[in-house]
Amino acid sequence: MADYEFPEDCRYTDGDEWLRPEGDGVRVGISDYAQCQLGDVVFVELPEVGATLEKGKSFGAIESVKAVSDLFAPVSGSVIAVNGALEDAPEKVNEACYGDGWILVLKPDDPGEVESLMDAAAYRAHVAARED
Amino acid sequence: MSERQGNQGGRPVGAPNVARGFSYDEPLIFEHSRPGRVGFSLADCDVPEVDPAEVLGAAAVREDALTLPEVSEVEVMRHFTRLSTWNAAVDFGLYPLGSCTMKYNPRVNERVAALPGFAQAHPLQPPALSQGFLELAWRLERGLAEVSGMDAVSLQPAAGAQGELVGMMMIRAYFADRGEVRTKVLVPDSAHGTNPASAALNAYEVVTVLTGDDGLLHPDEVEKAMAPDVAGLMLTNPNTLGLFETRIAEIADVVHRQGGLIYGDGANLNAILGVARPGDLGIDVMHFNLHKTFSTPHGGGGPGAGPVGVKALLEPYLPRPVITRNGDDAGADADEIGGLDFERPKSIGRVHGNFGNVGMFVRAWAYLRALGPEGLRRCAEMAVLNANYLLARLGDTFFVPYPGRVMHECILSDRHLADTGVTTLDVAKRLIDHGYHPPTIYFPLVVEGAIMIEPTESEPKEGLDRFIEALLAIEREAHADPETVKTAPHTTRHNRLDETRAARKPVLRWEPPEGE
Repeated sequence: MADYEFPEDCRYTDGDEWLRPEGDGVRVGISDYAQCQLGDVVFVELPEVGATLEKGKSFGAIESVKAVSDLFAPVSGSVIAVNGALEDAPEKVNEACYGDGWILVLKPDDPGEVESLMDAAAYRAHVAARED
Repeated sequence: MSERQGNQGGRPVGAPNVARGFSYDEPLIFEHSRPGRVGFSLADCDVPEVDPAEVLGAAAVREDALTLPEVSEVEVMRHFTRLSTWNAAVDFGLYPLGSCTMKYNPRVNERVAALPGFAQAHPLQPPALSQGFLELAWRLERGLAEVSGMDAVSLQPAAGAQGELVGMMMIRAYFADRGEVRTKVLVPDSAHGTNPASAALNAYEVVTVLTGDDGLLHPDEVEKAMAPDVAGLMLTNPNTLGLFETRIAEIADVVHRQGGLIYGDGANLNAILGVARPGDLGIDVMHFNLHKTFSTPHGGGGPGAGPVGVKALLEPYLPRPVITRNGDDAGADADEIGGLDFERPKSIGRVHGNFGNVGMFVRAWAYLRALGPEGLRRCAEMAVLNANYLLARLGDTFFVPYPGRVMHECILSDRHLADTGVTTLDVAKRLIDHGYHPPTIYFPLVVEGAIMIEPTESEPKEGLDRFIEALLAIEREAHADPETVKTAPHTTRHNRLDETRAARKPVLRWEPPEGE
């Protein structure tokens, strides 16, 4: 398997998003594996602040030179911040997917939902299985 | 003017546009512009002049003249003719774009379409004066219905995607008419992107059905997703992996048992022409891409056409007007045989001005009649043979995600090149140096690094062999000299474009230079 980063302080979804709890919210982005698969990101379609997301439903899209992919809500909740910087600099998703390339901050309806997601080790195994 | 890579050094004096002999560089038409130069002359106005502001309202009238290029006729002619020489075209060489069926467009089609009775007809001529066209359209509808096993056809939609949209609108109208509330549509993960789009535009929620490890859709997966609130399933057969959906009849049963309908994406119809009929496989509504299967031009030479075919249960919802024919009624006047029926209360309405892209109907009809039933079948057989020949000769060298026989197209991937750093995109770019339009790449999405090759039936064996040799040479080069492949193309007017920058910071229009 290629050398991807899987920060220990994040939870992960099988849709290749990461979640990092902070205060009442969780910060959400796409994983290193996802940004590698997508290639150069050219556009990120973000929801409005205040929008309500339903787990598993599409809330936006990410476009790379290869494809357009839906972004799916990792948990249900409301959007408390979006990364407006991606509008002019979508390349941040490639450069720092766990840092400046974050996508939004969500206030989960049920914080327990975050805990039920994969930890770094489980997600690493999940990616490895797919690479085979 | 942008830097032109193929033209550095030694530009011939006195001929600023000559890059190499008669290969011309060409600036934008705006850069040819000189104040006051014109390409037309109008006669003196012999009717009273009208003030546009008076009849249209002042708000509708521009204050400044539009900045249009000011050029002479010969400059316009040369500009576009020179640009046309930069085109890749099926008339130049193999154009193996998978899923696009870039088959040769026989010249007899053009000859027939140029007949004055068709080419100079006005779309608003009354039926009595359009009998020739109505007869042709009626026969083409019957021809398409026969080839597909459908009961009725509308020629109106302007392209495959619109055909899909119209097909799904009819499905929605059908359920609304029956008072059934169905909110979902099933779409396999290997589908063309237009399928979920057509469903979504009809306010359906798209439910993705996973294909199996063999690349095929399985009835049990469909069964799991099927429910009373599902309007139907959209599928392509052969599918986008170039594989025939062998269990389509069982899948159609699963959907039909719960009252759903099957939409057939006709994009890959070329593979089964005269061999299998979608209507016999359980499909209720489908579209045809005349510009794929029936050899009408793909853009440039003409618009597309995406007729829809339906089984009898959807016939009341067809777009109107419907073309009618009274030919069997003894005693009908010759100028009343063909007609138009607007009295279609359940119709979804008109989906195109007038009759649709009529020139394409004439070409498709010419093609159908030139080939006949045997010829159409032979077309499918040769298309399938060509794809399998490519796969057989390339399959040992390139990675084949779904080994085995294919239909009209085959899929390879860059997986075996992983240690060279060369990707599918690089292979595609390097093919340009060998004189080939690249195949479709990175589609279908279910195959990582897909290279999707559809040779069509048009290509002779020698042409396929040359293409195969080019791909094998690129594969060897990827191992021996990966940098050359990764920086391809090298022989083109421009080297590799920065597609990422173009997408992130697109320059969408010409701006006059500063100070002018």
